Formats: sequence, structure tokens, C-alpha cells
Amino acid sequence: MMLKLVGIAVAAAVGGVAFAAPALAQNEQFIPALVYRTGAYAPNGVPFANGIADYYKLVNARDNGINGVKIVTEECEFGYATDRGVECYERLKKNGPTGAAYVIPLSTGVTFALTEKTTTDKIPIISMGYGRSESRDGSVFQWNFPLLGTYWTASDIIVQHIAKKEVGLDKLKGKKIALVYHDSPYGKEPIALLTERAKLHGFETMFLPVTHPGVEQKATWLQIRQNRPDYVLLWGWGVMNSTSIKEAVAVGYARDKMYGVWWSGAEPDVRPAEAGATGYNAVTLQHTAGQFKLHEDLKKHVYDKNQGSAKWDETGEILYVRGLINAMLGVEAIRTAQARFGNKPMTGEQVRWGLENLNISAQRITQLGFDGVMKPIKVSCADHEGARTGRIQTWDGKNWKITSDWYESDDKVIAPMVKDAAAKYAAEKKIAPGCLTN
Amino acid sequence: MFYREAGQFKTTYKADQAIFPIVQDRWFVIGVLAFAVLILPLFANQYLYTEVLIPVLILSLAAIGLNILTGYCGQLSLGTGGFMAVGAYAAYNLALRVPETNLIVVFLFGGVMAMLVGVLFGIPSLRIKGFYLAVATLASQFFLEWAFARVKWFTNYAPSGSVAVANLELFGIPIDTPMRKYLLVLFIVAVLALAAKNLIRGRLGRMWMATRDMDIAAEIIGIRPLHAKLSAFAVSSFYVGVAGAMWGFLRLGSWEPLAFDINRSFQILFMVIIGGLGSILGSFLGAAFIVLLPIFLNQVPGLLGIPLSTAMVSHLEFMIFGAMIVFFLIVEPHGLARLWAIAKEKLRLWPFPF
Amino acid sequence: MLGPVLETLIGGLLTGVLYALVALGFVLIFKASGVFNFAQGAMVLFAALSVARLSEMMPLVVAVALSVVIMIVLAYAIEFLVLRRLVNQEGIILFMATLGIAYFLEGFGETVWGSNIYKINLGIPKEPMFFFESVFPGGLLIDREEVAAAVGCAVLVAALAIFFQVTRVGRALRAVADDHQAAQSVGIPLNTIWLIVWAVSGIVAIAAGMVWGSKLGVQFSISLVALKALPVLILGGLTSIPGAIVGGLIIGAGEKLAEVLLGPLLVRWFDLAGGGIENWFAYMLALVFLLFRPQGLFGERIIERI
Repeated sequence: MMLKLVGIAVAAAVGGVAFAAPALAQNEQFIPALVYRTGAYAPNGVPFANGIADYYKLVNARDNGINGVKIVTEECEFGYATDRGVECYERLKKNGPTGAAYVIPLSTGVTFALTEKTTTDKIPIISMGYGRSESRDGSVFQWNFPLLGTYWTASDIIVQHIAKKEVGLDKLKGKKIALVYHDSPYGKEPIALLTERAKLHGFETMFLPVTHPGVEQKATWLQIRQNRPDYVLLWGWGVMNSTSIKEAVAVGYARDKMYGVWWSGAEPDVRPAEAGATGYNAVTLQHTAGQFKLHEDLKKHVYDKNQGSAKWDETGEILYVRGLINAMLGVEAIRTAQARFGNKPMTGEQVRWGLENLNISAQRITQLGFDGVMKPIKVSCADHEGARTGRIQTWDGKNWKITSDWYESDDKVIAPMVKDAAAKYAAEKKIAPGCLTN
Repeated sequence: MFYREAGQFKTTYKADQAIFPIVQDRWFVIGVLAFAVLILPLFANQYLYTEVLIPVLILSLAAIGLNILTGYCGQLSLGTGGFMAVGAYAAYNLALRVPETNLIVVFLFGGVMAMLVGVLFGIPSLRIKGFYLAVATLASQFFLEWAFARVKWFTNYAPSGSVAVANLELFGIPIDTPMRKYLLVLFIVAVLALAAKNLIRGRLGRMWMATRDMDIAAEIIGIRPLHAKLSAFAVSSFYVGVAGAMWGFLRLGSWEPLAFDINRSFQILFMVIIGGLGSILGSFLGAAFIVLLPIFLNQVPGLLGIPLSTAMVSHLEFMIFGAMIVFFLIVEPHGLARLWAIAKEKLRLWPFPF
Repeated sequence: MLGPVLETLIGGLLTGVLYALVALGFVLIFKASGVFNFAQGAMVLFAALSVARLSEMMPLVVAVALSVVIMIVLAYAIEFLVLRRLVNQEGIILFMATLGIAYFLEGFGETVWGSNIYKINLGIPKEPMFFFESVFPGGLLIDREEVAAAVGCAVLVAALAIFFQVTRVGRALRAVADDHQAAQSVGIPLNTIWLIVWAVSGIVAIAAGMVWGSKLGVQFSISLVALKALPVLILGGLTSIPGAIVGGLIIGAGEKLAEVLLGPLLVRWFDLAGGGIENWFAYMLALVFLLFRPQGLFGERIIERI
């Protein structure tokens, strides 16, 4: 009994502390980090989270923060579970002197769930390369920023690439394209575009959902073997990706006919399949693997001081690089906002303005050390995506190799779809579309 | 000394049959309710509402539902998540297709639909028992999860398969702030919990308990197993369905079938077992324990200033969670409700040793 | 048409063997101690992780041997720390305790061994074999890994059968399974017997973990194969080793055939957003079956007395 009383007393004391938030220094910019370093999606979640964390460390160590404002971040593990992701967001959104600058969910499910919450909380969501495809319409989705590409962009680029291989979009007629997708809002995103494209060019589609976490795919691939689609698109995440490739090997489906989205095209996805993955392709979110100019600074300011989150050899991996890019875009948005509102910690509202006016030129990219990793990006209210280009990369058994030219998704197809979907959303949610000016 | 029933004479049958026959119990319940309605809103912040109070209350309701089935009627079920999903999607479809429906009616409709599905999946319980039944209820879990992911009508043909509700209102009052949501949840949960408490001490409850203790013996003394088991499934699923509808509408706002997956079923089963099988109060205690433990564990290292990696914290959370469950079962297999009963017993005697 | 059906059937049967391997671990423990061990999946994960990580440092054979030792230690820990203290509790309490053990093991396994995807290389070629290419267009595809797994499983089951039938310990185990009290009264130490069954099911978990791990890569999600084994269990009966095998074969073949043949039809008829019926088909199959034989295919007849 005594023990129990002591336990209650300790619990009460700790609970008391929890409510008395420690006073933070005033010149700090708080950025929450929703991560998953455990569970079925950890192999992909870990490098991305490391990239983000290391870029913040670099900015703090090298530049003494963003114009003198130090970045403070706190990680919250949510294991790719939507409800826990929302809990993390709720817990962290008010931290720091100005609250969360922005939130990076790295989960389409969490992005969906947060889309309404952030509108009232006035915190922008950066969903770089994921989230709702129609959220690029900034007049309806004022707080969502699917920078660098949406799933409609990704699937459109893959269709274009396949058409090029077949020598012409008209040659797609009568072909069969299968989509093996993670059965969640994430995996279902490209279906709308593929259906639209199929209508335009007369190819057949086949949609094969794979249930979370995606280790049970035997029947899916037996169906593929039976129906012999000409191409298979892969929209997987976590352990599902490598399982798909392994099952493709097991049923003898040609890997060079397989195209993954950019979340199915990293090292953890192909390595477990070993030699079997050779020839497998994926569309890139502009960049591929490999260290670049920034890594000199990273080594000097972070890794040589033993502050790195990853092992040095892993800092060239695709998802780590993507984390760096994502963090850089966020930091640049804060910098853009500071140019207007002054060099102090920014509120979510101010960062939103910064994101909407984000404009990174080729010259600026070189200055930032991201040469050759990304192309210029210019965001506006009408276009929260900012850039929609990509290339195809192929796994040669050891490395990812770029094997195509740049493609740009076709706005003649996508723009009307975005308009319709955004209008439908606005009507459902009774939102009056319009651009925010500050 | 503080909790003495001596001197409380029940002079009418009515007094003897009250839900809380002991004065202190009655005052305690009224006090807790008053605290929850009047005092808590004075200092609660948004986080406390959305991540602690609302989830605890809604999951308590689901736990009461499962407790009726498992704790009172002895039928182990692992399909709670699926029945919650039925409630949520039924409510969503009613709200979508008949927009002017009152929100309370929407929730009750979710409960009623869950009840129908629950009875359907309860039929096998007439033939199979124990772990066989538990695994059989998993069939409903997986089937329902699949149905809501695949049948497009349920999600109103949403391309993402994710549904969302917005602009909730009740009698013209918009239910938009966390406090309003909390008060609405509190009201529904309080009413339904009292109803459950009332139900289980009546004919139906006694029937269930007889079936739980030994179903063949119960049959011999004239309790129809069909009636007893299916009514338990019906009432239980109704509660779970209402909880599911509220979970979707008032907690999540937008959701996908994954929100009601098998982990949800396990979570609620944990609540029932840790709280105490066959106890309404235990359902609340269990829900509070299971919701608060991970939040608490997540914050401890930070507060104590121990630098632990996020991954380590998460692994530790799993380990401590597992270890605590085992520890609890060893130390007190009857759950938190039993601890409460012991505490009451002590209060009755204290400070006298006998 | 016959080609794909046969192919699916064979693929399903071979997958069924893998399910049976996991189900076997459940049956062993349930038979001897009446515990429905939900931690079997976590044990498979833990075993696979230890084999995978140890084999990075040493030859596979040594790694497996060391893993056997680890699983025996684990069995001892579970017996000593948990089961011994829960003697005479109801089945549901023991079941909950194993759920707790499952959580603990998942966290513990990832803490000790890491949470990446690890490899177990059994040296079996991944490329499939094709048969009867003259009879069916495209031939009949058979996965070598699954054939190897099936052979391994057969060997394991034979070894277990011999162990149970011939050895002294095996006889004691059967006695305990038949009647705890009677076994105890003739001097069989219950705690030791429990330790042995937990250790044996730990070793079965190593076999299952190696097969699944070499197929899927060793990762957190492996613990979920336990869920696939549950319908096998109730179909075959909780207490029957042959039941686990036959149940596994029926479930494996049934769900793959349903997915490949019935799935597309359902999608067309009801305009569904994709198939995926294998997630619940196995359970439904088992459920319908149970309505006719409540104790499973080979389970002991339930006799109830007052």
C-alpha cells in the first residue's frame, strides 16, 4: 500500500511538472519533428528523420541559426499511426515562443487528418512529395504545401516515361498497367490520375491493394502473373516495397517493367531483395542518391564533432538527402518570412506567408550547397507545389543510376483535375476559396 | 470511518433498488460529474481536452461495451475495433445523406447499426466458446475493416478512402471548440454509463452473469442461451458503436479504416482487463490508464533530463507497457476496480484495525 | 485456366506450410499448459532477429545454435517470471499475460537487435522454377524457397513426433497434456515440463523465423504472421499437431485460391475498390467450419459437465 501511495505521489509530482512548461529563451524558433524510428516503417522513417535533424544542427552550428534565431526541435515518435501522429502534433504545436513554425508529417494519413486542424491552429503543413494531390491549390488548401511534387505528378511522369519507351502516347492503347499500392490514402492517390490517363490513351488499368504493413503479397503477385500486365507501378512504403520486389522475383515478373513512386525508390527498398532488384526503376523527387556540396559543411560542422544522427556513410542515401532538402525548404521559408517580418522567431502564420512566397533560384541553390540535387522552385498561391519535374532512376544492383531525361507532369491533364477536386473539397467543407495575403 | 454504511436505513424498496444505494457512492458520482462539468473546464487546455479527456471518455464507453460482453456475459471478443468502425461509418453515412439529422440521433444510429452487425456476428457464440470464439470474432474484425476499405458506397466514393466530417452542430450550437466536444462526449458517456449500470443489476444483467459463470447450468435453470448471449452482443455492440461514431466525429474528424484496426480491439481489451472484468468503474479506470500511460512514458525521460533517443523511448514504451501488463496481472488479476474496492474497504475501517 | 489454378493451389499449399509452422508453436504450448500464447508471433520475430544479426558476425550454423540457446533462456525467463506466478489463473488472464509478453518482446527485440530490415540467407536461389512448360502456357511456377521451407517443416514435424512418442520427456509431456493433476500425482514436475514446451516452441519459432525471414526480410512486421496462424489453429483444433498441419494447408490453399479466383469476380460484381479478400477469408472459412465442428478439425471433443 505504501508503495502504491509513493507511486501516486510521484505520478502527481511528474504530472505537475508536465503542466509547468519550462521557460524557453525568446530567440528560438521551434520546429516539431514527427518521426517514426520504430515499427514496420522504421527502415524508411529513420534516414528521413536523420536528414532533417542534421540540417537543423548544421544551420545552428554553421550560421548560428536562421539570421541569429536558433532552431529548437523536438522529436515525437508516432510509428506511422495516424492517431498517434495527431497526438504528437497536438502536444508539440504550442511549444517555443511562437509555437510550431511548420509541421512535416511524412505520412499522407496524418496530412489528411491535420489538414483541418492546421487551418484553425494557423500552422502550415509541408508535405513534400506526398499528401493530397489537389492540395497544391493554395486558394482552397491555404495551409498545405505539397512542395516539389504530388502523387499525380509522380504517376504522370511514370506514364510519360512508359509512353516514351513505347514510342508515343498513342502506343499505350491496349496496354495493361497495374498499380500495386499500399491500402491507405497514400496508395490510393494515383488512382484518379491513372484512370484519367487510361481514358485519354485507352490503356487498361488494374488496381491491386496491399494491406498494411504489406508483407502478405503472394496472392497479389500471383494475380499479376496470371494477368501479365505490361507494366507494374509500385506505391508502397516501408517493408512493403522490398516485399513487392521479392515477390516479383518469386513469380518471375521482369523488374525493368516495374516503376516505383519516389517513396518506393530508396536503398532500404531494394537492398533486401539483393540481386533480384537489379533493373527496378523509380521516379525521383528530382534528386537521387549521393553526397554533394553541402556534405562538406555537414562533415565539418556536424559529423566531425560527433553530432551526426546517422553514420557518415549513410548520409548520401536517398531518404537522408530528401530529409536535408525538406529541412532546407522549411528553413528557407522561415528566412523568406523573416525578410518581411524581421529577424525574430516566426509564427506559423508568418511561415505560411514565407512558404507561399518561397522562391529559390538556381543561384541560391548553389549558395545553399544543393547544386545538382534540385531545380529552382517558385511557390505561389495558385501553385503550392512549386515545381513538378522528375527523372527515372534504375537500381543497377549496387547504386541508383539516373536513366532518363527530365520530365514535367502535364498540366493540361492535371490542372483541371486539381481544380475539380479542390472545388469539391471547398464545397464539402464550406470553405470560400481565396488567397491569404499575410 | 469515512465510508460507513451503518446508519443508512433503507425503508422503501425504492431506496433499496437505487443505482447507488450507499450515500457516499452517490455523492462521489455526483461530485466527479460536477468536477468534470464545472471545475475541469476552468483550467483545462486544448491538449488536455483533445488528447486526454475526450479519448479517455470515448474509449471508456467502448470498454463498457466490451465489458458487458466479456466481463458480464463471459464471451471474449477481439472484434471491438470492427464494431466501432460500423458505428463510425453508419453515423457518417446518415450525417452525409440526411444532413439535417440531429447529432445525437446520428450517434445513436451508429450504435443501432453496430448492434445489428454485432448480433449477426454473435450467432456463432451459440456454438463455439472460449478461445475459439475469440478467434472467430477476429473474423468480424478483419471482414469489417476490409468492407469499409473496399465498398466505395460507405466512403461516399472518396478517392482516398478517407472520410471527414465538418461543421458539427447540436440544436443550433456549433460543436467546434474542444470544450464543447468534451461536454457533449461527457454527457453521452455519463448517460450511457448510468444506463449500463442500471441494466446489469436488472434481469438482463443477472441473466448474463449466470451465463458467464456456467452456461449449461444457466440453461438448466431456465435462461435461454440464445436470448442471453445475443442480447449481450446487441447491447455491447450498441455501446461500442456509439463510441466508434463519437471517436470518428469528435476525436478524429477525418479517418480511414486503419483507425479501427485490430490494435484498437486489443487496446480496448487491455482496458477491460486492467480496469477489471465486470466493472463499469473499472472500464473508466482502465481507459484512463491505457491512454495516459504512453503519454506519460513519453515525457518521463525528457522531464528527468535523461537524453534518450526517440527510438529508444518508443522501444522502452513497448517494453514497459508489456511489463506493466504482466505485472498487473500477477499482482492484481482483477484489475484496478479491485484496488478501488480494497481502498473502499480500508476507508470503511480506518483508523480502526477491525 | 487450369494452369493458373494449379499454380495458385501449389503456391497456397506451400504458404500453408509456413502458416502451419507458426501454428505449431501455439499448439505445443496450448496442449501442455493451456496457455493461448499470443506471444508466439513476437517469439518468431525475436528468433529471426537474433539469427539474422548473429549470422552477420558468425557462420549461419553457429548463429542458429546460439539462437537456440537464447530461446531457451527466454523460455526460462518467461516460465520463471510470468507463468509460475500465474498458476491457477483463468485462461483469459494467461492469454492477456502473453499479450503483455508479446509487447515486451517486440520492444526488447528492437532495442537489442535494431529496427532495420535484416537478411537471413539460406542460400536458396530466389528465382522460381517452371514445370510442364509444354502443357501450360508459361509453365507451372514453383518457388524454390517455399519448397525448401516445406521440406524443412516436414523434417521438424517428424522430429517432434519422434520426440513426443519415443522419449521419456515426450511421454511426460503427453501425460501433462492429458491431465495436469494426474501427471503431477505420478511425479512429473510441471514447471520443468512447461519450461521444455516453451523452449521447444521457441525452437519452432526459430525455424519459422528463418523461413519467413529469408522470404520477407527480418523486420518488425514478422510478428504479424501470428495473426495468419490463428485461423489455422481454430480450424485444426487448438490441441492437435496434425490439425495445425492440415489446417495450415487448407487455409493457405483456400485463401490464395479465393484471392486469385474469387477476388476479381467480387470486385467486378460489387464495384469494390480492389480485392484483398484473403485478409478475412481464412477467418470466415474457419468460422463457417466451426459452426459444424466447434472443436476444430482434430480438436478433442468438448464434454461439458456441471
